Amino acid sequence: MAGVSVTFTVNGREVTATVDPRTLLVHFLREHLKLTGTHIGCDTSQCGACTVHLDGRPAKSCALLAVQLEGAEVTTIEGVAGPDGMHPMQAAFKEHHGLQCGFCTPGMVMMGIDIANRHEAPDEATIRRELEGNLCRCTGYHNIVASIAAGASSMRG
Amino acid sequence: MTERGHIPESRQREKPRADLQWIGKSMKRVEDPRLLVGKGIYADDINEPEMAHAAVLRSPHAHARIVSIDVSKAQELPGVLCAMTGADAAKVCDPLPTWASPPVLQAVIADDRVRHVGEAVAAVAAVDRYIAEDACDLIEVEYEPLPPVVDPEEALTSTGDAVLHPERGDTNIGLERKLTFGPVEEDFAAADLVIERRIRWPRSGGQPLETVGAVASFDDGAGRFTIQCNTSMYNYCGWMIASTLRVAPHKLNIVPTLAGGSFGSKMFVHKVPVLAAVLARAVGRPVKFMEDRIDNTTSCDNHASDRVYYAKLALKRDGTLLSLKTRIIDDYGAYLQFGVGQHGNALSQCVGPYRINSVEVDLAAVLTNKCQQGAYRGFGSEVANFVIERLVDAAADELGIDRIALRRQNFIQPDQFPYLIPTGNMYDSGNYQAVLDETLKLADLEGWRAKQAEARKEGRYIGIGVATCQERSVFSATEFWMWNLEPGVEWTSSPDGVSVKIDPTGKAFVTLHSPFWGNSPETVAAQVLAEQLTIDPADIEITYSDTDQGLNSTGPGGSRFTVMVTGAIVGAAGKIREKLLRIAAHLMEADVRDLTLQDGAVHVKGVLDMKMSIAELADKAHYYRLSMPEDLDLTSGLDATYVYDHPVTTLPDPDERHMGIFYPIMGHSCHIPVVEVDVETGQVHFLHYAAVHDCGTMVNPMTLEGHIRGGTVNGIGTALFEEFSYDEAGQLTTALWTDYLIPTIKESPADIVVGHVETPSPFTEYGVKGGGEGGRMGGPPAIAAAIEDALKPLGVTIDSLPLPPSKLRALIRDAQARAA
Repeated sequence: MAGVSVTFTVNGREVTATVDPRTLLVHFLREHLKLTGTHIGCDTSQCGACTVHLDGRPAKSCALLAVQLEGAEVTTIEGVAGPDGMHPMQAAFKEHHGLQCGFCTPGMVMMGIDIANRHEAPDEATIRRELEGNLCRCTGYHNIVASIAAGASSMRG
Repeated sequence: MTERGHIPESRQREKPRADLQWIGKSMKRVEDPRLLVGKGIYADDINEPEMAHAAVLRSPHAHARIVSIDVSKAQELPGVLCAMTGADAAKVCDPLPTWASPPVLQAVIADDRVRHVGEAVAAVAAVDRYIAEDACDLIEVEYEPLPPVVDPEEALTSTGDAVLHPERGDTNIGLERKLTFGPVEEDFAAADLVIERRIRWPRSGGQPLETVGAVASFDDGAGRFTIQCNTSMYNYCGWMIASTLRVAPHKLNIVPTLAGGSFGSKMFVHKVPVLAAVLARAVGRPVKFMEDRIDNTTSCDNHASDRVYYAKLALKRDGTLLSLKTRIIDDYGAYLQFGVGQHGNALSQCVGPYRINSVEVDLAAVLTNKCQQGAYRGFGSEVANFVIERLVDAAADELGIDRIALRRQNFIQPDQFPYLIPTGNMYDSGNYQAVLDETLKLADLEGWRAKQAEARKEGRYIGIGVATCQERSVFSATEFWMWNLEPGVEWTSSPDGVSVKIDPTGKAFVTLHSPFWGNSPETVAAQVLAEQLTIDPADIEITYSDTDQGLNSTGPGGSRFTVMVTGAIVGAAGKIREKLLRIAAHLMEADVRDLTLQDGAVHVKGVLDMKMSIAELADKAHYYRLSMPEDLDLTSGLDATYVYDHPVTTLPDPDERHMGIFYPIMGHSCHIPVVEVDVETGQVHFLHYAAVHDCGTMVNPMTLEGHIRGGTVNGIGTALFEEFSYDEAGQLTTALWTDYLIPTIKESPADIVVGHVETPSPFTEYGVKGGGEGGRMGGPPAIAAAIEDALKPLGVTIDSLPLPPSKLRALIRDAQARAA
C-alpha cells in the first residue's frame, strides 16, 4: 500500500513520516513514535484510554487516522509534565488515589486537563458529565472525580 | 475433631497493635508515578528488535467440524511470516493446562472441531498487525455445522453430535456430584417452612480495560523460550506452559508485565502466551500477540459463573434457619480450565454469616458452545452470596419478620469464632452485628424509610436493600480439586514468597514473586517492611521477579495478596532483624536481649546514644567480615528470602464429611443501597449507597476503600447491565462494549459511603484479611433487594440478574397484568 507523507507536531516536536493511510493515530503514536503511554482499551471508541489532545481539544486517537493530522498539534500523556515533574493533574491523581491499574489513567488525566482548561472551577456534576466517554473498571470513578476537581484547583494556582 | 473437622493452632507472629507506624496508614501509592506519566510498561508496550505481530482467525460458528482449511493465500501475502493451523500447532505443542479431572482438552488453535464462536482456527504472524489481520481474511475454512448447545439445562441431556467432547462420553455434563454436609434430611423434616426459589445468575466477566497479551521469543541456541506476559501464577505453575510447549520447565522464562486490570481474568492466562510462543518458534523472531477486544470477549478466561439454582432453605416458624439445599446447573462453556474450582470456592461461605446446620449441594457443571469460564471477582462465591441473601429475604417476607431482624437472629455470634460451617470451612473471626450497626448508621435507614413512604404517595418507587455478606479471602489450593472424584492434582500449598535485601548503604530492596494486577502490591510491601524494620518506605525499592528468579508464589486472586505478602515480609524481615541484632550485639558488646530495633537503628535499651543505624550495620555486614562473630551463618551481606505458607488450611475429609479449611480468612460486609425505580422506563437510580466492610486490620484504608468502591460498581454492573449473552445459534451478541454495558460514570453512584469495622484475624500477621473482591460480593444481592423493595407495591419478585430497563419493564408489566 502506498505510503502517505504527513507532518505534525507531537509534544512540541515536529514529526514527519510516511505512513500507510489506514494507520490509526493511536498506532502511529505507539508503534512509530514509541509513545506507549496512550493506551488501547476497547477498539470501538467507548473507553477513552487513548485520549490525547489534538489542537488543544481531547480526541480519541483510536478513531483518527494519522494522515488526518497534517499540520496538527498533538499532546500525549508523555507531553504534559513540566521540567519539575508531574503536571498538577497527574499529582492530583496520586494524591486522591484516582488510579488503580493505571490503564485508563492517561486518558483520564488528558480529559481532566481539558475539563480544567474549559471550566473555571468544575463542580462534581460538570466533571461527571464531561467524563461520560471515559471508562474505568477499577475505581468506580469516585476518586477520579475528586482527583480532577483537585487537579483543576491546582492548575488555577 | 468434629464432623466438621478440626482447627489448627494459629501461627500468627505479629499481633494487631495500636501503635503501628505504617500499617493502617493511607500511604500514597508507590506504583503511581510511572503509571501517571505514561511510563508503566504493560504487555502491549513491549517492543523487541525484529518483533512480529500475531492475529487470530476465529470461528464464526458455535459448534462445527473443520472440514478443510487453506492458508496458502495468507502465506503468500507480503509481510506474512507464518500462517498456522490447528494441525500445525498440534505438531509442536500439547493441549493447554487444565485442572479438570478427567481433563477437558483445549488446543491453542482448534484442530478438527470448533466449540464456540471466537475459538482460534488459525493464527498469523506478520511484520505488523495490520498485515496479520489482512492475512486472516485470506484464510479459507470450510465448516460442517454441528448442533449448537446454548441452554445449560438442555445441555444436561445432550447426546450424539451435540456432545462437545465425545472422548469424555456421550454427554455434555462435565462433572456431576452431590455433596451433603450434616443432617440435611433431618433438618428439612424438622422444618416448619421451606423457601424455594429458582435463581438465575448471569454470565458476566472482569472486562479489564487491558486485554491479555504476550511477547514471546525463542532462543534456538539455548532451546529456550522467554515470554513476557500479563499473567499471574507464573511462579506457582508457570511450568505448565512449558509442558504445553514441550520444553523442560527450565527452558522457559516467564517475565511479568504490569497488568491493566484483571479482576481474576488474568489469573493464569494460557492461550495467549502459548500462541505467541509457538509462532515465535516457527518464525524465529519475537512475536507479540495482544488480544483485541473481540479476541478477549469471545475467547478469554474471564467469562464467569453462569448458574441456575434450584434452592431450598429450611427454617422454623420462629425464624431459625436450619438447612440449605441447592441443585446447581453451571454453564461452563466449552472447556473446564480451573475444573469446577468456582464451586469449591462457593462452599467456603455458602451459608453466609448465618448459623445453618446442614448443607446439600447437587452440582451439574455442563459444557456448552460458549467461551470457557475463568475467574471474576468472587470466583463463584459471589453467586452463593446472592442465593443465600435472596432466600433469607424471601424467608423474612414469608414469615412477616423484618429482613434485618431475621438476619440478626441468625448471625453467628462474636463469641462463636473460630467457627466451622457445615462444609468444613472455617470462619476465623467476625462481628456481624457491629458491621450491620455501622452500616445502618451510615445509611440513615429510618430517614430513607420516611422518604420512601412520602414518595409512594407521589407514585414514586424508592427501595432500600440490605445485604449482609461474607467476603472470604486467602484461598487454599484444595478449592480447585476437592470436587473431583479422582483429582488430577491434589496440591495443598498456595504460598507467596518475597526476597528482601538491605544494601551496604542501608537501602532496602524487595523482590515480589507475583505481579502487579491493578492492586497495590508495592505499597503493601513497602508499608509492611517499613513497619518491620522501622525504616522510611521511601528507602525501599520494589521489583518483580521472573520465573528464573522466582520463589514459589501463588499470586493475587481470591483476595489473598495483602495477607500473603504481609506474611512473607514479616518472615523475611524477621531474619534480617535477627542478623542486625546479632551484629549489633557483637559490635556494641551488648547482650542481644538488651537490644531493640527502632527508628531505623538498633538501640541498647535504657542506654542513651548506644545505637547503630541500619545503614552502619549494613556497611559492617557487607564489608567487614573480620569484625563479625565467627558464626558460619553470618555470611557477608544482609538479605533474606521467605516463602509464607497459607496461614491455616486442612485436608478435605477422606469420607467427604467436610472439605477441610480452605478459605478461612473471613471478611464481612453490609451493603445498603437506596434506589429509585422509574416504573415507566425501568431505569434504576441510586439515591444513596452505604457499604461497611470488615477486612480485619487494614494495611491501607485508602486503597481498601478504592477496592470497595470499585468492586461495588462491578457489582452494579452485574446486577443491572452486564451479560455475555448468546443467542440460540450460539452467537455472542454482546461481544463489544457497545453491547456489553460496563458501568460508565453515569450509572455509578455519585458517592458510595464507605465505613469500616476491624475484627483482626487471629491467624494472619497483624490480623490482616483480604478485601479485593468484597464490593462485588455485596452489591448484587443488596441492589436486587432494593429494587424488590421499591417494587413491592406492584408485587415484583427478583430472582435473576441482570436487571436492565427492558427486563425490569417486563417484570413490572407482568406484575401489573397479574394484579389486573
